Amino acid sequence: MNAPDHVPPPDEERARIIRGRNRVFALLLGGFAILVFAISIAKMS
Amino acid sequence: MTTMTATQPLPAHWHDFFALTKPRVMSLVIFTGLCGLLAAPESINPVLGFTAILCIAMGAGGAAALNQWWETDLDAGMKRTAGRPLPAGRMDRIAARDFGIGLSVASVLLMGLAIGWLAAGILALSIVYYAVVYTIWLKPRTPQNIVIGGGAGAFPPLIGWVAATGDITWMPVILFAIIFFWTPPHFWALALFVKSDYAKVGIPMMPVVAGETSTRRQILAYAVLLLPLSALPWFIGGTGAVYGVSALILSTAFLLLSLRVGLRRSAPEGDPMKPEKQLFGYSVLYLFALFAALVADRWLVVQGVGA
Repeated sequence: MNAPDHVPPPDEERARIIRGRNRVFALLLGGFAILVFAISIAKMS
Repeated sequence: MTTMTATQPLPAHWHDFFALTKPRVMSLVIFTGLCGLLAAPESINPVLGFTAILCIAMGAGGAAALNQWWETDLDAGMKRTAGRPLPAGRMDRIAARDFGIGLSVASVLLMGLAIGWLAAGILALSIVYYAVVYTIWLKPRTPQNIVIGGGAGAFPPLIGWVAATGDITWMPVILFAIIFFWTPPHFWALALFVKSDYAKVGIPMMPVVAGETSTRRQILAYAVLLLPLSALPWFIGGTGAVYGVSALILSTAFLLLSLRVGLRRSAPEGDPMKPEKQLFGYSVLYLFALFAALVADRWLVVQGVGA
């Protein structure tokens, strides 16, 4: 019989989810900043 | 503190927010929007073109999130949609609503500031059309919901074209009409084999309200209309023969598959619904291929090969 999968405690799981969301949000924000910069250059040319 | 947080529901994963934007539907929206942009007679700066497509995708994602926020209870009652983030209880409804509104507003503002306010206005109209006119107003009230709601999915090539040219001509209106007339046979083919799901939650889909036979006849009627309509860009001189011949071949195949569905009276209990599933599968391929042919035709013209 297999041992049951490890289920992380709720606080650990919460922290993991929030960490993942923060990473994605930071990536999107960085991407948006680059896009605004690129749009500004495209509009000038 | 630990006890309090342990009893609180977990926050939604980022991939649940992503799922809320209906990525599979969005892929078709991005594709048709991109085709509208690339098939336009004027070229656009690649960065601005990318931004326009991003705005179309964001707008579609925002509208899809609002659609799921409104239909949480309905989605919970259908096997096909019960696993979505909201009915599955993985996300708070308010978070989904705010995400939908935020994404929609951001898409319109970015489109207006970076591309132009005509494209932004049509994008805003498409979001309101899908989230309010279709989802809130028509879908629960009339079996014609798919026909009129089809307009929502027909906007992307129009927006893409307007983003590139800055104005509306007959060509993008015809592209709009092609998707508009393609939508009913596409969705009704699906509704025929998931009829019991729609009936269970009280959505007045055509097979539930008007019956299978009537739905099958209407699928056929739209497929007949789609044949000349898809070739119209060629007839009015908006495209070359590459698109025209492709459209005729693709639409004839669409019509033949619709004939198999349309000429069946009703499927017996436990029928695998093979013709309906084939039509549904082909309808997705049809739209991809038709718009790919449109872009290929334009590319050949630009290269000096096409007529």
